[in-house]
Amino acid sequence: MIVSTAVSGGHRVSGAIPARAGVGLKAQHYRTIVNDRPNIGFFEIHAENYMGAGGPPHRYLSAIREIYPLSLHGVGLSIGAERPLDRDHLLRLKDLNERYAPGLFSEHLAWSTHETTFLNDLLPVPYTEEALTRVADHIDEVQATVGRQMLLENPSTYLAFEESTYSEIDFIAEIVRRTGCGLLFDVNNVQVSATNQQWDPIAYIDAYPLQHVQEIHLGGHAEEADDKGRPLLIDTHDREVDGIVWGLFRHTVARTGPVPTLIEWDSAVPAWPVLEAEARRADAVLLDAGEGRMQRAAAG
Amino acid sequence: MQPLAERQRGFSAAVLNADAPVPPGLVGPDGVPSARRFAVYRNNVVVGLSEALKAAYPAVCRIVGDEFFLGMARIFVVAQPPRTPLLHSYGDGFPEFVESFEPASSLPYLADVARIERAWTEAYNAAEATPLPPAALAAIDPGRLAEARLRLHPSLRVARSRFPALTIWRMNAKDGIPAPVDLQSGGEDCLVMRPAAEVAVHALPPGGAAFVLRLAAGAALGAAAEAALADDERFDLSATLALLLSAGAFTDVDFGNPKAGDAP
Repeated sequence: MIVSTAVSGGHRVSGAIPARAGVGLKAQHYRTIVNDRPNIGFFEIHAENYMGAGGPPHRYLSAIREIYPLSLHGVGLSIGAERPLDRDHLLRLKDLNERYAPGLFSEHLAWSTHETTFLNDLLPVPYTEEALTRVADHIDEVQATVGRQMLLENPSTYLAFEESTYSEIDFIAEIVRRTGCGLLFDVNNVQVSATNQQWDPIAYIDAYPLQHVQEIHLGGHAEEADDKGRPLLIDTHDREVDGIVWGLFRHTVARTGPVPTLIEWDSAVPAWPVLEAEARRADAVLLDAGEGRMQRAAAG
Repeated sequence: MQPLAERQRGFSAAVLNADAPVPPGLVGPDGVPSARRFAVYRNNVVVGLSEALKAAYPAVCRIVGDEFFLGMARIFVVAQPPRTPLLHSYGDGFPEFVESFEPASSLPYLADVARIERAWTEAYNAAEATPLPPAALAAIDPGRLAEARLRLHPSLRVARSRFPALTIWRMNAKDGIPAPVDLQSGGEDCLVMRPAAEVAVHALPPGGAAFVLRLAAGAALGAAAEAALADDERFDLSATLALLLSAGAFTDVDFGNPKAGDAP
């Protein structure tokens, strides 16, 4: 049984996530959020951090969920693995969905478990017919078990597989066609992968099946170099969103219109005001995109 | 073309073994294999898990320093990678690993400090339960007290040490101030639990650890007290019970037979 917290009034806000900026929920900020109730569109959690039996994570999340809509983001299901999905883990995701009624539920186009070893990274998937079938079957199983649509996030990648026969976009578009899943579009991942794979990020966004995008992620990356001195971007989520990524975000929402947009900062987590400032910046871009669309509609 | 199963077998083996060659067919934008690019995944996996251990064992890290800790953690991560995606439960084998880690053998108390930190993590994430109030046993007929069976709070953990591990942990926990400690000053046992929102750590009096461990194994109060006296003749039942009650250690008391599943 959950012991209620001081703020608990027993009335939960609606789970529907507004087309505004949200922030990834970190334990460092629990108290600030519950006490100050900052004006943030929603919070997103990593599902695996809330799979313990009890304790402060659940106590604070219960309190925060009463005030804010929530997005549930899995990082450990290993949808891209050849092996069958972990049924116990899938049922834990179903339980969290039922307990916290998140407005959005997402996972990654990646794998992280081999045999019984959890590798704790979002490892890349080769874009082959075999992998496509496997991923689509797994997403069917997730959506049937959890009983709702899942959003699939595009990966950040550092290398390519010689055996790939699909482009990344064709691979993702075909998964959407086969499973009916939605998409979580990580714009920082676009910049990371486009740099590392020498793609044009604008062309990537323009070719992406944006009509299925229901959420956007923005995060920071580090810049290193590969063996030949070519830029190698690392998806670190440990700093502010890069200027180029803000530009790609503007380009994206000019096409999609305002979409729930998450600021991800998972490592070297800053004081709350720094995250809130990033969210304000994203909100301003979303507002512009909304007004731009209204003006076009009025003029047209 | 590589089958997916074979690809993932090769990829995962090479990710955990820094000396293994990069699997074939993993290429940069020019189509040429790139060791540096594969190393990003190796680094993410091993450094990510090592950092998770560092977050779970902050006092151990403070005692040995970042560089030593991360070196030790990397060896543990490769030897005992996680078996589930629930990283808050990762590292239960770390205290035993520290105990047998030869380069740390000059710090014989280090594994016991790790045991306290492990108990802290488990208490933090344990199920919720409402403790009995401190006066709960006062109403019981003293003649029946020996037969009472006390159900322990699900967050309750006991850490025992031949060394003053609790003192050392407190000095190296957040806001602690390290100072010289006489390692010959005797062992320390402690109770780690989270009766409500916060984890609390209490020093256990002589025999207290044996008493709680017998209760946890399903023994009635009288039998547990006998075991505690055998463990340490200084055991004081009323003082120990008062401490446990004020800590919120019990969630229920009854006089029946031990329930199935209570036995060790």
